[in-house]
Amino acid sequence: MKKSLIDIKNVSFQYDYTQVLKNISFRVEEGDFLALLGPNGSGKSTLLKIILGLLKPMSGEIKLFGVPSSTFKHREWIGYVSQKSNAFNSGFPATVQEVVKSGLSKKLGLFKRPGRDAKEKVLEALKAVGMEAFINRNIGELSGGQQQRVFIARALVSEPRLLILDEPTVGIDHENVQSFYDMLAKLNREQGITMILVTHDVDTVSNRISHVACLNQTIHFHGYKNEFDTISHDALDAWYGHSVRKIH
Amino acid sequence: MIEAIFNYEFLQNAFFSGLLIGILAPLLGVFIVVRRLSLIADALSHVTLAGIAGSLYISQSVTAFAMLNPIYLGILASVSGSILIERLRRLYKHYEELAIPIIMSGGIGISAIFISLASGFSTDLMSYLFGSVSAVSRQDLWVVVGIAAVVIIFLFIFFKELFVLSFDEEYAKASGLPARWIHLLFMIVTALVIAASMRIVGILLVSSLMTLPVAAAMRLAKGFKQTIIYAIVFGETAVLIGLVSAFYLDLAPGGTIVVTSILILLLVILVKKIVFKMATKREEVAQ
Repeated sequence: MKKSLIDIKNVSFQYDYTQVLKNISFRVEEGDFLALLGPNGSGKSTLLKIILGLLKPMSGEIKLFGVPSSTFKHREWIGYVSQKSNAFNSGFPATVQEVVKSGLSKKLGLFKRPGRDAKEKVLEALKAVGMEAFINRNIGELSGGQQQRVFIARALVSEPRLLILDEPTVGIDHENVQSFYDMLAKLNREQGITMILVTHDVDTVSNRISHVACLNQTIHFHGYKNEFDTISHDALDAWYGHSVRKIH
Repeated sequence: MIEAIFNYEFLQNAFFSGLLIGILAPLLGVFIVVRRLSLIADALSHVTLAGIAGSLYISQSVTAFAMLNPIYLGILASVSGSILIERLRRLYKHYEELAIPIIMSGGIGISAIFISLASGFSTDLMSYLFGSVSAVSRQDLWVVVGIAAVVIIFLFIFFKELFVLSFDEEYAKASGLPARWIHLLFMIVTALVIAASMRIVGILLVSSLMTLPVAAAMRLAKGFKQTIIYAIVFGETAVLIGLVSAFYLDLAPGGTIVVTSILILLLVILVKKIVFKMATKREEVAQ
């Protein structure tokens, strides 16, 4: 059996009086490329925040890499790329190199500074996302798609085994979205990085992912991509309350 | 002035304190500006004033404390203010900026009470409000040296964490950084620098030495480290020119330093505009 990187059992969460997640259980195994689908307000971002340890669930159990989340020490194994729109102040005076290097921070821990090999690692991570030519540019000068690639490089530089991406293509134009997903698929294939991708965009990712999970307060479906393809439109509509397009 | 520095201790005190503050204020200022906390620096300086005014009043009314250096109560007030601001910011999660007027008006209010209670420390008080070349004691200088050491050690340890936190707070938390603690330490260190700077630039103008050189640096620099270096160069230039002119023209150094900073900022904006225009013209010609 493949190693389980995320193991969630009966997790529930509510903000004040609104139930956001109800009895969620699912597993993500090493090497998976999982698309987490769900309409706005379905609890996707909340679920990610729980996995990342930013929120504590009201009930249930979370294991990361086989260890209970509360005692999990290797946060650097999990890379996180958030939605571009709320991620950072675009006027921030930092070069691409400085931004990517900051991804090493957690791995190094306190008191240690990035050493000589840091620049190598930064360059390698930028090459993996095709952004090495921009190393000395200010982050604010880049386009949305380019910035997202830089943020992936920032996640890659600490050599994560799992990458969590929260709607990373919001605000990126269509052509660049394709090559962005190609890059993710390549990282998954060649470097064996497990991917969890939150998206609205089922059509575009559909031929690159291995698994699909449908979330709307609870998990309605979780399984292989080809099983997902056999689900009827009516079932999807019922889960989501509106139509979700999918391509077979 | 160089000759005078060798002869007069008070000038040495002012000069060396100024040199240190010219480094510290813009150095921390870069973090303050990019984290959009400029107004917090202002609030803290007004809380510092409450400590100073309180100390001056105690010295005046209790003979045992007649020699008490106001800088200590100033530091205490400023650090307590920084902790209070953080508490208030957590209490009013959706109105974080409310903490600033609360603390700021509190600081001014308490200062006003002490100032009106005491009568006759107006010269002293003026030197704290707008800085002074002649009032910096050797003890003040040592306090500034001590604070400089704390700031340098703090930044040496936490530089990369502060960068991550400033650039993208959510990411910092997601990667397991103890964001709250680092932020609190940062606020305390900021409070220390504000208390250290007030002797030279004055309480009312401390925040400008933290922001104006950074504003100029951000127009020119590429990247974060370069922004820090430029900010320190501009800050140091402003302090030196400001101190020398304050000494010769018998003015409050706070005023001369801040006006110099503004002139530097204007110059940078102007030069950048001209260079940009020339570059676009060259491009047009090339096409």
